[in-house]
Amino acid sequence: MKKYTFTEKKDTRSGFGAGLLEAGRNNPEVVALCADLVGSLKMEAFIKEFPERFFQIGIAEANMMGIAAGMTIGGKIPFTGTFANFSTGRVYDQIRQSIAYSDKNVKICASHAGLTLGEDGATHQILEDIGLMKMLPGMTVINPCDYNQTKAATIAIAEHHGPVYLRFGRPVVPIFTDADQKFEIGKAWMVNEGADVSIFATGHLVWEAIQAGEKLAELGIDAEIINIHTIKPLDAEAVLKSVAKTRCVVTAEEHNRLGGLGDSIAQLLAQNNPTPQEYVAVNDSFGESGKPAELMTKYGLDADHIVKAAQKVIARKG
Amino acid sequence: MTENELAQKSNQYRQRILKYIVGANAGHTGGSLSCIDILNVLYNYTLNVSPQNFSSPDRDRYIQSKGHCVEALFVVLADKGFFPEEDLNTLCKYQSHYIGHPTKKVKGVEQNTGALGHGLPISVGNALAAKMDEKDFRVFTLMGDGELPEGSNWEAALTAAHYKLDNLCAIIDKNSLQITGSTADVCNTDPIDEKFESFGWAVKHVDGHDLKALKEAFDSLPFEAGKPSLVIAHTVKGKGVSFMENQISWHHGVPSKEQYADALKELSEAL
Repeated sequence: MKKYTFTEKKDTRSGFGAGLLEAGRNNPEVVALCADLVGSLKMEAFIKEFPERFFQIGIAEANMMGIAAGMTIGGKIPFTGTFANFSTGRVYDQIRQSIAYSDKNVKICASHAGLTLGEDGATHQILEDIGLMKMLPGMTVINPCDYNQTKAATIAIAEHHGPVYLRFGRPVVPIFTDADQKFEIGKAWMVNEGADVSIFATGHLVWEAIQAGEKLAELGIDAEIINIHTIKPLDAEAVLKSVAKTRCVVTAEEHNRLGGLGDSIAQLLAQNNPTPQEYVAVNDSFGESGKPAELMTKYGLDADHIVKAAQKVIARKG
Repeated sequence: MTENELAQKSNQYRQRILKYIVGANAGHTGGSLSCIDILNVLYNYTLNVSPQNFSSPDRDRYIQSKGHCVEALFVVLADKGFFPEEDLNTLCKYQSHYIGHPTKKVKGVEQNTGALGHGLPISVGNALAAKMDEKDFRVFTLMGDGELPEGSNWEAALTAAHYKLDNLCAIIDKNSLQITGSTADVCNTDPIDEKFESFGWAVKHVDGHDLKALKEAFDSLPFEAGKPSLVIAHTVKGKGVSFMENQISWHHGVPSKEQYADALKELSEAL
C-alpha cells in the first residue's frame, strides 16, 4: 500500500475560495454570485480583489441561478456560491431549464454537502445532490477530496465550457494530494494500485479509503483505490480496467446510496462487466445533528466500514 | 412604420397565429392573441434586434418569460426574417425545432423558457452583465399576469431595484385570466403597480392593444433614472376574435375548421 501522509488539515471549501481567486486572476470573465454565505463559501479573497465582479444576491437562490444564467451573455463565467442543499434541491427547476437545458456556462459551487456539515442537522445535510445533478443532461458533476484537489478543480472548471456542479464540504480534513496539481475533469486518479478489490471513492471518503487500504494490507488484502472526483462524465475506462483485474468493487461516497457514485459505477458494470459490488453510502436516510466523525461512523461512512465492505465483496467473488 | 401599417401587421399576425395553431393542433391561442400587439411594437418599433445584428453583443435583448405563448413570438420572428415562415408548418411536430416553448435552436430566440418565473431573473442577469460591461443595450421581458405568484419573480424584482437596473423593462401581459380562472380568483396579485413600486420599480399602465400608447411607453424608458421599469399592459385574452375574447377555454383551445374560418373572416373584415 502506497503511503499517504499529511502535515495539515483544511476544509475543502477553503480550497474553493483559493481556487476562485486564482480563476478570477486567470480570466477576467469569471464573476461570482452568493446567496448570503460569503464567509461559509470562503469567497472573501475574491471579493476583496475583484469587488466589481462580485454580486451579493441575498437569500434568494432561485433568483441567483436565473441571474447567473443571464449573466453568461457576453462570455462571462458566473460562479454561484451557497450550501449544497440550496444549490440543488431548492433551485432544481432553475438549474434544469435556465442553466442545463439552456447550456449556460454556469459553475454551481456547493459547500456543506453531506453529513459532515455536522451540527445543523438533516435540513442542511443534503445527501441527494449528486443524483439530482448527474441526471441533468450536459451537467458535469465533481466532488473533490481535499483542499488541494478542490482548489485545482475550481481553477479547471473555469476553463471548461458548460454547466458544472462542484460539491465540497465544511470540515477540516487531511491534505494529501499534491499542491499545484493539474486537475483533469473526467480523469480518475489512481491512488493505489492493487489486485484484490477495487475501491472507488469520492469526496471525503477518499481519505477514509486510504485508511481502509492500510488496514486491508495488514489483513493481507491488496486493495486498488481509485479516486473518482468526476462522477459525470465517469471515467469508464479506468473503472473497467480496474475491475477486469480485481473482479469486485466497493464504492464509497458521502451520499445516499440511491443515485450517487455507486449507482453510476453499477450501471457501467451492469452493461459491460457485471461485478459484485458493495456500497459504502447512506442507506436511504436523512441525517441528524452531531460531530462530523460521529455521524460518519453512525451512517457507515468510515474506514472500518470500507474494510468490512471489501471483505464482504471479496467473499462474493466467484 | 406608420400606425396604420403597424395595425395591419397586428391583424396579419393574429391570422398567422391561428393558422399555425390550427396546423399544429396545439398551442396557446388566447395568450398569444393578448400579447401580440406588444410583440409587434417591440420588434417593429422599439427593439434594436434584427437577423442582421443578432450576433452583435450590443443588440437589445427580449426574453419571453410566458414561453407558452411561443406562437406569437415565432410569427413575429418569421416576419422579421429570422427564418422562413413556412418553417412554422412544422410547429409542435416531431423533429421540428419549432416546439411548444421558445428554444434557442430557433434563430431569433434569446433564451429557452417554458417553466414560469424564469424570465425576470434571467433578464436581471442580462441587465447586470450590460451594466458591468458598460453596454447601453436594453433588456425586455414579457411576463404573464398568471405567473406573478412565482416567488422567483419577486426575488428578481428586489435584485433589479437593488442594483438600480434602469436598463431593464418588464412587461406584464395583464389579460387577467389563467388556465383555471381569473387571476383575481386563482391568486390575486393586484394591485401589481403598488407592489412593484414598493419594491423600487417605476411603473406605467398602458392599454396593451393601443399601439401608439405602447410606443410612447417604450419611448419613455427608463421611466425613472436608477430604477427598473414595469409596463402593466392591460390586454384581452383572445383579443381580435370576438368568440375567443375573455374566454378561459381559449387559453389552450384550438379552433375547429369552422371556428378558424369564422375567426379569419372577422379579422379580415377588421383590416
